[in-house]
Amino acid sequence: MSVDVKEFIPLMPEIFLLSMACIILIVDLYLSDANRSITYGLSVISLAITGLITFQLMPTSPEVVLAGTFVSDQMSAVLKMFVYLVTAIVMVYSGKYLKDRSIYKGEFFVLVLFGVLGMMVMISAHSMLTIYLGLELLSLCLYALVAMHRDSMNATEAAMKYFILGALASGLLLYGMSMLYGASGTLDLGELAKFIAAGDQTDLVLLMGAVFVVVGLAFKLGAVPFHMWVPDVYHGSPTATTLFIGTAPKLAGFAMIMRLLVEGMGDLHAHWQEYLIILAVLSMVIGNVIAIAQTNLKRMLAYSTIAHMGFVLLGILAGNEQGYSAAMFYTIAYAIMGLGGFGMILLLSRKGFEAEDLNDFKGLNDRSPWFAFMMLIFLFSMAGVPPTLGFYAKLAVLQAVVNIEMVWLAIVAVIFSIVGAFYYLRAVKIMYFDKAEDHSPITSSADMRATLSANGLLVVALGIYPSGLIALCVQVFS
Amino acid sequence: MIPLSHFLILAAILFCISVAGIFLNRKNVIILLMAIELMLLSVNINFVAFSHYLGDTAGQVFVFFILTVAAAEAAIGLAILVVLFRNRRTINVENMDSLKG
Amino acid sequence: MESIYLTIALAPLIGAIIAGLFGKQIGRAGAHSVTILGVAISCALSFYVFKDLVFDGGAIFNGAVYTWAVSDGIRFEVGFLIDNLTAMMMVVVTFVSLMVHIYTIGYMADDDGYQRFFSYISLFTFSMLMLVMANNFMQLFFGWEAVGLVSYLLIGFWFKKETAIYANLKAFLVNRVGDFGFILGIALVLMYFNSLDYRDVFSASGHMANVTIQVIPGVDWSLMTVICILLFIGAMGKSAQVPLHVWLPDSMEGPTPISALIHAATMVTAGVFMVARMSPLYEMSETALSFVMIIGAVTALFMGFLGIIQNDIKRVVAYSTLSQLGYMVVGLGASAYAAGIFHLMTHAFFKALLFLAAGSVIIAMHHEQDIRKMGGLRKYMPITYITSLIGSLALIGFPGFSGFFSKDSIIEAVHASDITGSGFAYFAVLAGVFITALYSFRMFFIVFHGKERMDAHTKSHLHESPLVVTLPLILLAIPSVVIGYMTIGSMLFGDFFKDSITVFSQHDVLGKVGEGFDGALGFITHGVMGPAFWLAMAGVATAYYIFMMKPEIADNIKQRFHFIYDLLDNKYYADDFNDKVFASGSRGVGKLLWKVGDENIIDGMVVNGSAKTVGWVSGIIRHMQTGYLYTYAFVMIFGLCGLLSYLLFG
Repeated sequence: MSVDVKEFIPLMPEIFLLSMACIILIVDLYLSDANRSITYGLSVISLAITGLITFQLMPTSPEVVLAGTFVSDQMSAVLKMFVYLVTAIVMVYSGKYLKDRSIYKGEFFVLVLFGVLGMMVMISAHSMLTIYLGLELLSLCLYALVAMHRDSMNATEAAMKYFILGALASGLLLYGMSMLYGASGTLDLGELAKFIAAGDQTDLVLLMGAVFVVVGLAFKLGAVPFHMWVPDVYHGSPTATTLFIGTAPKLAGFAMIMRLLVEGMGDLHAHWQEYLIILAVLSMVIGNVIAIAQTNLKRMLAYSTIAHMGFVLLGILAGNEQGYSAAMFYTIAYAIMGLGGFGMILLLSRKGFEAEDLNDFKGLNDRSPWFAFMMLIFLFSMAGVPPTLGFYAKLAVLQAVVNIEMVWLAIVAVIFSIVGAFYYLRAVKIMYFDKAEDHSPITSSADMRATLSANGLLVVALGIYPSGLIALCVQVFS
Repeated sequence: MIPLSHFLILAAILFCISVAGIFLNRKNVIILLMAIELMLLSVNINFVAFSHYLGDTAGQVFVFFILTVAAAEAAIGLAILVVLFRNRRTINVENMDSLKG
Repeated sequence: MESIYLTIALAPLIGAIIAGLFGKQIGRAGAHSVTILGVAISCALSFYVFKDLVFDGGAIFNGAVYTWAVSDGIRFEVGFLIDNLTAMMMVVVTFVSLMVHIYTIGYMADDDGYQRFFSYISLFTFSMLMLVMANNFMQLFFGWEAVGLVSYLLIGFWFKKETAIYANLKAFLVNRVGDFGFILGIALVLMYFNSLDYRDVFSASGHMANVTIQVIPGVDWSLMTVICILLFIGAMGKSAQVPLHVWLPDSMEGPTPISALIHAATMVTAGVFMVARMSPLYEMSETALSFVMIIGAVTALFMGFLGIIQNDIKRVVAYSTLSQLGYMVVGLGASAYAAGIFHLMTHAFFKALLFLAAGSVIIAMHHEQDIRKMGGLRKYMPITYITSLIGSLALIGFPGFSGFFSKDSIIEAVHASDITGSGFAYFAVLAGVFITALYSFRMFFIVFHGKERMDAHTKSHLHESPLVVTLPLILLAIPSVVIGYMTIGSMLFGDFFKDSITVFSQHDVLGKVGEGFDGALGFITHGVMGPAFWLAMAGVATAYYIFMMKPEIADNIKQRFHFIYDLLDNKYYADDFNDKVFASGSRGVGKLLWKVGDENIIDGMVVNGSAKTVGWVSGIIRHMQTGYLYTYAFVMIFGLCGLLSYLLFG
């Protein structure tokens, strides 16, 4: 078996980012703390160039290379570009927070870059092996990022919990993969799909393998009942890490589901659809209901994430192009809203003060009307109030569900969105109608303020003009 | 020749032991790490057995990757454990409950 | 052209946003410059569009600019329909708005809310343009509500004044009643036509002539009649027709430029515009036309009476607005849509002029609005005096002035009409001419002639208003005189509206009136010989006799007919009636529902109950998240087993 050099061309973004991550790791060794912004600059530039390369290499039809382990298609290109964008924004938002806690180190950026690499591999995987490798690369980086704040009790506890549960989940995923392999005799997702299409779809080994795989995927997205890590990890991590975990990996998780369930096991749709219905309903119910009892904003957003992932699953379980594009739209929308929500916590935090409690947002309108308004936009968008992005995301998913004649699911989703609106609106009430206890000025860098404002305006702009993004998501699956 | 099902049952038993180890153990975090290793090994047995009976080497290649990743995972797990111990002076699972609700 | 249309609508919006959000930064001068620039651009482009469409034979534009959503084949769009009717409205709206913007610099010079005010009126201009340019019901409704919103904001502009807040609330509530009908009408359109686009609805309306619906079970009503009357209820709210007129006089609590722009020239005429736009629907239902005509006639006549006894300068003008709106609506009811719109246009100019002139007087009098404390202002304020005279002459329909052409054509049209109610309407509009002349010149004489009744201090400060105030007066005075003469031929009896307005031949009253039309001069000669002119003259003479020569007559009448005076002074007790019957009635029902239904059942059981339950459940199940790793692992494995057993046994 000979390998053609041309086969590496679709991997150029991965190769470039890998090289840059290594270079940055070495360059950083020679930098003093004062010059850490060079690492930051290099990382953002690397992401930008990787984005450029990805854009240049955007294929019109899927290209499968390297003995069927790697695929480059439109979905992968679009999702990767959003991953770069989201990650770059994460870096912009995190700077001051990390500096205040003396963890503004090269490791943060290098780990994030490797994490991005892991996501890219996951997004472009075409074999169970590549999926596993990408997933582990991402997860290992995330464990380290959570534990990065070494002196924080909460962070280390969160890291340990994340690690154990993550390892358990990958164990389950692997076990499932081994069954799929045993039943079909291949690791390649394309071959697997052919096998299922041709062969016996009631093979118990195959079906059990599918269940284990669904569990592994559900863990990655944080769907109930595999969600237990989400609140603790979101809460315990340094907010900068929470910001990262809460946004970009969701895009990769979506891609992983698409690859494994849709591309690999599309013909088992009837089976996994039922599992996803259970997971989605549980996620929307539990996520929205428990969020109400939260007083910690990070925890509240964590539960809200769980509910949002329920919506993403709704789109996927529809099992047609409309559903997939709706789910993709929702995931991207969620990543953008999540950036804003956690970004606001970063904005208000300062040395020795985390600003993660709901009460820390009291009277924000008096302190900074503009950013209170931005937070209002993010919360409205998460609650799904028109004309924000979140409204369209929810609408698209609900349409997909209604079109497959599962109206009851749509009704459940709407009811629990209304329950969810309660805690978002409570946060709005706290910002606008309560008296501020904390009057310290907001001291964040100009680039963060500008980016966060742009983030907020984007949520509104995409809510008013969603057609471009919708068209993009539809095109990817047509 | 030992039939495939024997290997699969062995792997399943190992898997169950490791899973039980994770949720029954309430004392030492290190035991959790061991349980995780055990789980990965049971998966490896599965892969190797299937690979052998299918006459396909891809499964065995997968096993090598899993072993490597497991090593990396153990390294990170132990590192987190060290940090945890430094902060809390204990690695008791039951004491890790400050994040909840 | 599409980008021009967009610019026309968006330029005022951008101005409003800049002045509203960055008012502090750009200061007073910045705020008025940016909004005036926006409206000026919009005005200039509107004139260009008008020229292109009317004189250069440009094509009618009807298309979507932006599709917001498509659901079940029904498109929700932002779209423009630019034909002669729209172009004329755009010119009127932007021109009057521009004048009011300029005037405001002088009128609001000392006010703290300067930037806010400019932001609001620019926002209003945007909303009004969206309304008139709409090519579908959704955008029409958006514009309808948006102008309403700005109107409430501006009535309550001086939000520290209690009366302003009351007026604000009243305007809001009364308009809700109208809007309820309006949105029901739109909903019916959507239900039966499956489209919100004007074009689709109008072209399909022919098939709907015989469709009936049962609102009350067992009674068949014509669908078109129900739709038209519901839509007209919306127009009654916005255009202040009896009995939904009560908010308009109170809206005078807002600053005077607003009274001119919103509550006289543009927003209140939205209802008239809407009915004209919907002419293909109204033509289908003679019942609806009769309803429109009678409501209009009642408004035209009875609101005029109220103007006679008012002493607040702005309220007199407000009642005259009500009465003139009645005229327009009567015109619509007689199927003389063009005449209604024509009167709308001339009225926009001369009524804005009268309001701004009243404002000029108010500034000179240091915000004194009681005409009994004025008098003899002619000497001090020559420009205001002359422009007011022009405005009043136009209002009463003095031959040659713009109001003459429009009002006379409405009267003629009603005379020619033979639908139910046209006899009463003809009487009402004729009597209205006398009343109009009487109250207009009563005010005019009391304010500008006669004894100087103001106190010495005010008197020593009396002087003509600055140029920013008088310039708009002069610019508005010009069209108030000439616009009727210039346009009557083409607008009423020509084919100006042939693409915008549909009139069935059996209703074509303007055609009948137009048979004898031989040019504007001939129309004047004809008018001078008609009863309307002499009634107007009689009104002026009566006003002069009673209020200038023998003021004691007025008191005498007041004494002798104090019953009628009380009736008028209390505005036919409409407010009290609303207050006693609707307000306290609904308060009573509300209280009952609140006590029994809301507090106990809904709040107690449904809302608080479910909220409490959810909160309670939430508090309980959050304990699932114990914090212990083994629980988490257990839940995961439990989930796995659940899914597996679902696979195996489910």
